[in-house]
Amino acid sequence: MNKTFYTILLFFAVAAHAAPYIPSSGQQVIETLPRRGDPVQQELRRLRSQLAARPNDLPLAATLAQRYIALARSETDPRYLGYAQAVLAPWWWLASPPPQVRLLRATLLQSTHQFNPALDDLKAVLAADPNNPQAWLTRATVQTVQGDYAGATASCARLSNLSTELVTITCIANIGTVTGRALKSEQLLDLTLERSANAPADLQVWALTLLAEMAQRRDDAVVAEARFKRALTMAARDSYLLGAYADFLLERQRPREVLAMLNDQTRIDALLLRRALALQQLGDQRQALAADVKELAARFDAAMQRGDTVHQREQARFELKLRHDPATALTLARKNWDVQKEPADIRIYLEAALQARDAAKPVLDWVAQNRTEDAAATRLIARLKTGT
Amino acid sequence: MMARLLLLFALLCGAVLPAQAHKPSDSYLSLNVQGDVVTGQWDIALRDLDFAIGLDQDGDGKLTWDEIRLRHAAIAAYALERLNLASDKGACRIDTDEQMIDDHTDGAYSVLRFHVACPVPVTSLVINYRLFADLDPQHKGLLRLTRDGETSTAIFDPAHARQTLSLTAPDRLQQFADYVKDGVWHIWIGYDHILFLLSLLLPAVLLAAPSDNLRGAFVDVLKVVTAFTLAHSLTLTLASLSLVSLPSRFVEAAIAASVILAAVNNIYPLFRGRRPVAAFVFGLIHGFGFASVLIDLGLPKGSLLASLLGFNLGVEIGQLCIVAAFLPLAFALRETWFYRRLLLTSGSAMIALVAVVWFVERAFDVQAQTMGAWLFAAR
Repeated sequence: MNKTFYTILLFFAVAAHAAPYIPSSGQQVIETLPRRGDPVQQELRRLRSQLAARPNDLPLAATLAQRYIALARSETDPRYLGYAQAVLAPWWWLASPPPQVRLLRATLLQSTHQFNPALDDLKAVLAADPNNPQAWLTRATVQTVQGDYAGATASCARLSNLSTELVTITCIANIGTVTGRALKSEQLLDLTLERSANAPADLQVWALTLLAEMAQRRDDAVVAEARFKRALTMAARDSYLLGAYADFLLERQRPREVLAMLNDQTRIDALLLRRALALQQLGDQRQALAADVKELAARFDAAMQRGDTVHQREQARFELKLRHDPATALTLARKNWDVQKEPADIRIYLEAALQARDAAKPVLDWVAQNRTEDAAATRLIARLKTGT
Repeated sequence: MMARLLLLFALLCGAVLPAQAHKPSDSYLSLNVQGDVVTGQWDIALRDLDFAIGLDQDGDGKLTWDEIRLRHAAIAAYALERLNLASDKGACRIDTDEQMIDDHTDGAYSVLRFHVACPVPVTSLVINYRLFADLDPQHKGLLRLTRDGETSTAIFDPAHARQTLSLTAPDRLQQFADYVKDGVWHIWIGYDHILFLLSLLLPAVLLAAPSDNLRGAFVDVLKVVTAFTLAHSLTLTLASLSLVSLPSRFVEAAIAASVILAAVNNIYPLFRGRRPVAAFVFGLIHGFGFASVLIDLGLPKGSLLASLLGFNLGVEIGQLCIVAAFLPLAFALRETWFYRRLLLTSGSAMIALVAVVWFVERAFDVQAQTMGAWLFAAR
């Protein structure tokens, strides 16, 4: 009886929000926003009001845009990317804006996966300023994601005279690890990181995350875990790192640790996806799982409505693992493969192909041609070839 | 007790809602056009409105309904200054109705309802959308326009701020005619339906006295065709409206089986005088077959019944053409050796054989070529 009562109430609580409503009390908190007293917000407001008085002040605009981009990254909140773009409005649509703006434009284009326009901008920046380490590094990153390893290697090489050893070696190792020199790249990066104790923390976290993934790709769980944990002590809220470690834990069937780690990180789609996968592995929390799946479906739906394709890798995983729809997953994995070619992109393509009974020829050719080493991918390819 | 009260409170306040996402900024604009009357609803994220015009008056990061209510006039003014609607005859006036709250994946939105007065007639709408273009160029306006049940969508961003949406209603008559055509075409290329019907009709001109005349044959044909039509119309309607459904492999195999039985009946009487009953029973199955074609064609939501009716009408027209060609010809030839031996017996045997191949193909999901290979290997 009591249970029924609460079920009915629950239904109304949910149903009440399925349509527009008028809150019953004026005191009701409808939305949580950044506090005005927050120091980061205060600083941003100060810069904004300065810029409002001098909207064509290039150094000021560049500084504010950089702050927004940094905030977008640390909060994994794409709205700040839009604010950054707005700050650059006087120069945004110019064919050749000043290099300073152009580098920022490339960064923003890159973050919405518009890789080719981003590369065009970077090329122009480097033609004007060949000694710009940030431009070479961004270019190398985009080229690596796209699978242009020759181009990426050339870009990394330019860094050696312009940046620190850790930056250069991380750049190079990021390529070597997927082009047949996995173990050597890992050893070199490990050694370099040991020698770079004074490097900035975010750089060390980047190198450590990469090292952890390298160990994971050759099935050395002990080393991988130690590196993930060390990185997390330095950057507990880094969403890429959290996602990578969650994947590691999911691969080792340790869903409880994923749940504990991600419970307050559900604003980020990629991390909510990992939480749902963990709930699925646990198997005894059907209601929580159903709620997460519904929420993810709504978010992917909202992204598709606005024409976004940034999350196709995650969406493919969602369709395959949580909605059990291999055909849709494969379609998404293929579209994603046209844009980016990282180990995670290889894996999701193979997994979807295996279940959809597809030969995954583009990926098999790619792995053979580049001698990509990845234990999980190797297992999937073996299953694909024997048809099990 | 206290805990229970808290739970109750939490439930009523909607604390059961799942987490909110981080996503780029969007607004959701719906316009509803009925005749020349245009109404709308615009959902705009409170977070974006706060960034633009400041809603959180005490700056504590907790936006209450009172704080929002106090700024309703400012919200409406800010938003509607950045949305222009016009018909071909000139600009429309937008007037605010009520303002409410709704939840989307990334948080709570202010819901602005409004009605639009446009110079008539409203045959197209020019929409100029500039919301947040200056603050967040990655913001998009997602428009859903409904006109008499037909929905179209558009995406607005600074590069596509001005778009024209045509409001000419779809040509209902043309749509209906298209479905009639599809129905005729389906009967014409659906050999299984034709063969089933012909097999049942072949004996109609060979009845015993007193029905051994054109009138008797006509009445018999009428009974069979009417029974078949009634039955398949019934299941076509039920299946198209998704009230009943059967697995398509079963339906297709059962249709083939019905052709076998109807043909065999001409060599070895199975139904005897009850051919109209057989036509009805198997007609039910054929209706499911028609429905799968109609469902593949797609049923427009606004004109579901009209398209269903059109398609069914097409099927009947096609069927009547076949009967109209069959009856005089069969009646003229009924006394000949050609009709009695060749057409009725051998013809029915051929039909049955073809239907057996269909049946095996459909029931066991194999291709005729494969079957040929098996037979060849067995020999």
